[in-house]
Amino acid sequence: MTGINWFKYAAPQTFFHLSGKWIPVLGWIAFFLAIAGLYIGFFIAPTDFQQGEAYRIIFIHVPAAWMSMVIYLAMAFWAAIGLVFNTRLSAMMALALAPTGALFTALALITGSFWGKPTWGTWWVWDARLTSELILLFLYVGFIALHASIDNPQRADRAAAIIAIVGALNVPIIYFSVQWWNTLHQGASINVASAPKMAVTMLIGMLVMTLASWAYSVAVALFRVRCIILERERHAAWVNDLKEVKS
Amino acid sequence: MKLRYKRLGLILGAVALVAVAIGLVLNAFQSNIVFFYTPTQIVNGEVPKETSFRIGGMVLEGSLKRQDDGLTVQFAVTDTVNVVPVTYTGILPDLFKEGKGVVAQGALDSQGRFVASNVLAKHDENYMPPEAAEALKRAKVTQSPAVQPDGSNS
Repeated sequence: MTGINWFKYAAPQTFFHLSGKWIPVLGWIAFFLAIAGLYIGFFIAPTDFQQGEAYRIIFIHVPAAWMSMVIYLAMAFWAAIGLVFNTRLSAMMALALAPTGALFTALALITGSFWGKPTWGTWWVWDARLTSELILLFLYVGFIALHASIDNPQRADRAAAIIAIVGALNVPIIYFSVQWWNTLHQGASINVASAPKMAVTMLIGMLVMTLASWAYSVAVALFRVRCIILERERHAAWVNDLKEVKS
Repeated sequence: MKLRYKRLGLILGAVALVAVAIGLVLNAFQSNIVFFYTPTQIVNGEVPKETSFRIGGMVLEGSLKRQDDGLTVQFAVTDTVNVVPVTYTGILPDLFKEGKGVVAQGALDSQGRFVASNVLAKHDENYMPPEAAEALKRAKVTQSPAVQPDGSNS
């Protein structure tokens, strides 16, 4: 086979060194993009004609909600790969992504609630979008809790992978809930089929914040996966040969 | 190598089965997942009787009337096809406006009037600065005389 040998990078030892180089790069990208995005969002973007300043929650809420779904799909993907191919690193990746995904889900729910009170007149309603997003939070927490409750890492990986894979069916339900059912939550302002239904500066601010969230998520997940690699490979010779371990 | 594909097939099969099961369940609960009913559904009698439910639609332009006590309001909810009158006593959310979306919880009284116990504003997916909204409104005003009485554009 020509091209890149992906299996080389699937070895925890190679991946540990490679990811160590990427974390600071991604971390700084996330930092500067977040500052730029927040500046655009809070100082440059105009006031909304209807909601006034309350709409500025979208610069946090929408990227957080997107990330909560994207990270779940990534987690389910790695869990499935781990289950099918028995690759060690895949299950570690799934485990490393879960806390970040849960964080973004909680952030989306909380910021949405803060926005809902002044705009809709209520903190919470049981409409399809809000309820399915809450189920997503429970899936993340369930994944983490189930993994933590089983001592054998391989068995924990397999059991938690089932939750991750089956729960992935909830993601399209969240995304399409506003189209399939009457919901209090408004439809998507941005989708591939039509022009964005928002002013350009608002859109730029939101997209910059989304890129920042991506960079942050990857950096944090890589950081966490390095910890998991060290924990699981602690008896391996290469771990004991590390500079940090030796000294 | 064989075992991998067997496992992959097993997982895909299981996921497909669960997807079908969820689809059937959601379909069965269709009426419970619906957050609100439209005025047309109410006029056609597709709403639960005896219990409270939610109505959703636009507040009809020019329909908002305030009673002398300052708290009781009357307005009409429309989906551009049918209109349902609503009465409500309480504080309206800030974004409640004529021509904008609304969701109200309550029940129908004997005269077919919807008595709301709770009113929420439903926001749409459009975000724009006030100047742009103003420009849109002006464009609409200048455009509307161009529409002929029979509905066709000149």
